[in-house]
Amino acid sequence: MTSGGIRQHGSKQVIAVVMAGMFALAAGSLRANPVPWQMNMTKGVTTYSRVPYDLNMISLSVCTVIGVLVFGAMFIAMFRFRKSRGAVAEKWSHNTMVEIIWTTIPVLILVCLAWLSTDGMRKFYDLSGSQMTIKVTGYQWKWRYDYVDYQGKPISHVGFMSKLDELSNETRQLGSGLDPYAVKTNGYNTYLLNVDHPLVVPIHTKIRFLIGSGDVIHAWFVPAFGWQMDAIPGMINTAWANITKPGVYRGQCAYLCGQDHAFMPIVVKAVSRKDFAKWLEAREKAATPAPAASTATPEAAQVSSPPQPAGQG
Amino acid sequence: MAHEATHDHHDEHHGAPRGFFQRWVMSTNHKDIGTLYLVFALLMFFIGGSFAMVIRAELFKPGLQLVQPYFFNEMITMHALVMIFGAIMPAFVGLGNWMIPLMVGAPDMALPRMNNLSFWILPFAFALLLSTLFLPGGSEASGWTLYAPLSLQSSALSYTVFAIHLMGISSIMGAINIIATILNMRAPGMDLLKMPVFVWTWLITAFLLIAVMPVLAGAVTMLLTDKYFGTNFFNAAGGGDPLLYQHIFWFFGHPEVYIMILPAFGIISEIIPTFSRKPLFGYKAMVMATASIAFLSFIVWAHHMFTVGLPMGAEIFFMYSTMLIAVPTGVKVFNWVATMWGGSMTFETPMLFAVAFVILFTIGGFSGLMLALVPADFQYHDTYFVVAHFHYVLVTGAAFAIIAGVYYWLPKWTGRMYSETWAKIHFWNSVVWVNVLFFPQHFLGLAGMPRRVADYNVAFADFNMISSIGGFLFGASQLIFVGVLIHCVFLSKKKAADRVWDGAKGLEWTVPSPAPHHTFAVAPIIHDDELAHGHVED
Repeated sequence: MTSGGIRQHGSKQVIAVVMAGMFALAAGSLRANPVPWQMNMTKGVTTYSRVPYDLNMISLSVCTVIGVLVFGAMFIAMFRFRKSRGAVAEKWSHNTMVEIIWTTIPVLILVCLAWLSTDGMRKFYDLSGSQMTIKVTGYQWKWRYDYVDYQGKPISHVGFMSKLDELSNETRQLGSGLDPYAVKTNGYNTYLLNVDHPLVVPIHTKIRFLIGSGDVIHAWFVPAFGWQMDAIPGMINTAWANITKPGVYRGQCAYLCGQDHAFMPIVVKAVSRKDFAKWLEAREKAATPAPAASTATPEAAQVSSPPQPAGQG
Repeated sequence: MAHEATHDHHDEHHGAPRGFFQRWVMSTNHKDIGTLYLVFALLMFFIGGSFAMVIRAELFKPGLQLVQPYFFNEMITMHALVMIFGAIMPAFVGLGNWMIPLMVGAPDMALPRMNNLSFWILPFAFALLLSTLFLPGGSEASGWTLYAPLSLQSSALSYTVFAIHLMGISSIMGAINIIATILNMRAPGMDLLKMPVFVWTWLITAFLLIAVMPVLAGAVTMLLTDKYFGTNFFNAAGGGDPLLYQHIFWFFGHPEVYIMILPAFGIISEIIPTFSRKPLFGYKAMVMATASIAFLSFIVWAHHMFTVGLPMGAEIFFMYSTMLIAVPTGVKVFNWVATMWGGSMTFETPMLFAVAFVILFTIGGFSGLMLALVPADFQYHDTYFVVAHFHYVLVTGAAFAIIAGVYYWLPKWTGRMYSETWAKIHFWNSVVWVNVLFFPQHFLGLAGMPRRVADYNVAFADFNMISSIGGFLFGASQLIFVGVLIHCVFLSKKKAADRVWDGAKGLEWTVPSPAPHHTFAVAPIIHDDELAHGHVED
């Protein structure tokens, strides 16, 4: 229900498009993942994600009102004061009172917006009380996820690479002859928005993400969480998410990172705490003889000492 | 008025040199060099535009149809570099070269030979830059910002950096020339606060250029030494910091944004009073607003870096300072509307473009204000919302102002009127298709489509197709512009009056059309009622 949008290719009906459009207009923001004709930001699925959505709506409304007033005045001027209607130009070029008013009012509006934004930032920067830590590392062109701790207990050897799924990868090749509209998961089009191993996380848990990079700059961006954070070599950035609804949330690398920048999606599968505990247990068990973790040990992904960027030197 | 008095001045008797080489390559004449700049900018506008066509064609529908993703990245990089450094900036320098001496009553630019050099560097700089497309390994493909470490992966870095150095030298020389001209060559009586707003905006822009082009040169030089000479400025493994590059780059990059828009404000502030037949509202406020925007441009750079993980205090500082820019910018927009109010307006093509500028630039300003709000930016950042934002301010802002300025002054340059009908066809096509091109990109960004991607999920297909159609037609509409220009320069039979527009004020309209090769060899006499902004003391 929260997966990517559906679109029938070829036999697509006009009505379906209109419906999709109206749906997107009316309720598109309820969807966590992009849908065709979506025109607005998602409300997201985390305890924080309403902050950017509300700011978006408030600032858009403020801009719309100002725009209507200013452009309205301009169009009235353009119709009333036309030479062809016999308008004679006046001579004035100054009005102190008006100038004071239109300098002061914007300042007051900006103060309100700044207050709201600052309040939202305080929420975002409050990492206290996080119950879980996941390390995210960007590579050209895949992500690595390492589970660091969960509910106070350290997790070792649970980590994996997550890269574009095979079907999308075959379809996206130049001249593949494959149809992007045919790339579907559970009836939803997941072209370029699907991975081989999604990040599995519990809902109703404050998850702290430690975001870094092993080569160039990437950005970890899941719109449903309400933020993106750059993954920069030599730095570890932090952000958090507390997901309220189970579902599959899709995102992409947001910072240009080379030729396959468009092809390193992010998929987060949010499950109940119970299901997550089971999943984690299974992964930990599987990791003990170390087949899964051998591909990339935590040392290999140490962000503090990244490998020499490819092509350098 | 100046010409009768100059019969004994020998320069007045010889016109332009006859030989092509002598006239154009060896030129020290501000008008000829201005023309060279403008022709060069137009050429680059079409080269950069053709890259944009490749981008929009690849994004026409999901799946890769035309180019490999690496080439796509080369296209986005070269499109931006060519449009910013090759089209917008040289076009403003060209307009400044042509009009500043005419507007302040100077016989030429203060440093004519340097003027020649600063232009003739450019074709070489761009030959170098564009040649990288044909090198093995291709051109830089890390975006025009050339962020380390990605930019270090390209084998074309050295060529690109050298080309940027050349462009920087050219810009700095151009800026020195403009400052020297404005501060030293004004006719007696042309006090600073009587100068046309276009001259004021260029004066302030020139200071911005001198302040920040060396910063860019420093940043790209550090890239060069990191790649070839073993330094570690931006290499985390060697103790460097990739963020250092971003801070240095955007300390250049944000003032650069205003370098591309302040002269546009100047042009619009000339055109609106002319076609409203009413003095510019709030001349001093306009000058103050320009100066405060220029000052603020130095303390907002990190708003390009809200998602790099800055501490909250830094985010708050840069958010507040960025929001503050809305105030002087708002003052400018209100003043333009107030100039129209109570006027006696006609809508020739320059005015149409100016009106479109005010509306569409303001829309770009609105999305800019939205982007300034940090939590919202965490969603907008590096999506198509940003692409829509800066194309509204740069295409319907800077480029529309340049086109408006060209239509406004073209009859003065050529002595002939352009075809108003075809110019209006050009205008209406441009203004419709540019919105079809860029407006849907807001929706794509809000839906979460990252920028600089060669391919995308089918959810983004519909608006991308609309945007591409708008792009192709906007591109094609610019061919009409070339047609109008060629017709006006070579074919038009309709002679332009000295005062081309009946509401036009300012010294440039007191010289004959076409403007003779040498003007104001003797300083003109300034009458206050001749100035576009009326009596400032009011």
